[in-house]
Amino acid sequence: MIVAERKPFEEIKDMLKGYKKVLNVGCGTCVAVCLTGGEKEVEVLNAELDMARKLDENPIELGAITIERQCDREYLEALDDKVGDYEALLSMACGAGIQFLAERFPSKPVLPAVDTTFIGVNQDVGWYEERCRSCSSCVLGWTGGICPVTMCAKGVYNGPCGGTDNGNCEIHQDQPCAWFKIYERLAGQDRLDLIMEYQPIVAWKNQKPRTLMQPGYKKPEEAE
Amino acid sequence: MHLLRSIQKGADGVYVVGCLEGTCHYNEGNLRASERVEHVRNLLEEIGLESDRARMYNLSSGEGPTFAAYAKEMTENIRALGPNPLKKWAKV
Repeated sequence: MIVAERKPFEEIKDMLKGYKKVLNVGCGTCVAVCLTGGEKEVEVLNAELDMARKLDENPIELGAITIERQCDREYLEALDDKVGDYEALLSMACGAGIQFLAERFPSKPVLPAVDTTFIGVNQDVGWYEERCRSCSSCVLGWTGGICPVTMCAKGVYNGPCGGTDNGNCEIHQDQPCAWFKIYERLAGQDRLDLIMEYQPIVAWKNQKPRTLMQPGYKKPEEAE
Repeated sequence: MHLLRSIQKGADGVYVVGCLEGTCHYNEGNLRASERVEHVRNLLEEIGLESDRARMYNLSSGEGPTFAAYAKEMTENIRALGPNPLKKWAKV
């Protein structure tokens, strides 16, 4: 899922300083799973902001609503008749959701309460780790399921560099060498021949905004 | 959330009492509570209140006098900190 981290409190408080009535919009999908921007986190942030602003003798009125996700228009619809009352919207969704929210209500300032950080996995409650950099050129089939773009410090695509050091990366003893891990994984599956195969270099398709059109669905020019 | 709410509503202090470490009936309940109380203390600092308004104490349910001693200690702690400045905003 997409993992995001709540911005430092001072930064959020500073963003809201000119406003007296703000709606805090949470998201029930990725950011709720990583405990950053779900219903409970909206409540906690609102309590913090309420108290901090009262201590500054400058109270703020805060609304709270959490929708299933902010990256789907069908859920954003629920906000249509609610945002009018507020001066600004504070969103706890990931960057994609925040942008869709801003696009839907272009006359309202939309402020991010989180920094979107990475695509990752859930190791345990409260512990999330990056696994994917969305390079659009997945080679996991040839690397035993370990991503060299994400897990290798240099993102080396074809075998280890000269800096592998007893299973660790030369940059730090705590950083495992991704290609050492790939070797171990492939050896365990008896597929070491794959390491000798050359993968063309990464196309770095993630350097400009991408679009996916799934075949079998209405194209935008055909849709009403 | 309950801890934050009580301070938000004007309580001068709030403390959580849990079992002695290692004796939790639910194994980790008191350890998790301890993490959360620590987090709430950090949040209070963040917003400009004293972190010591929230505390956690550990004792066994059989330790009556200790419970009383902790209650006194917390009361004195809060007296020293003074009333919650948010009290005037709280509706009665």
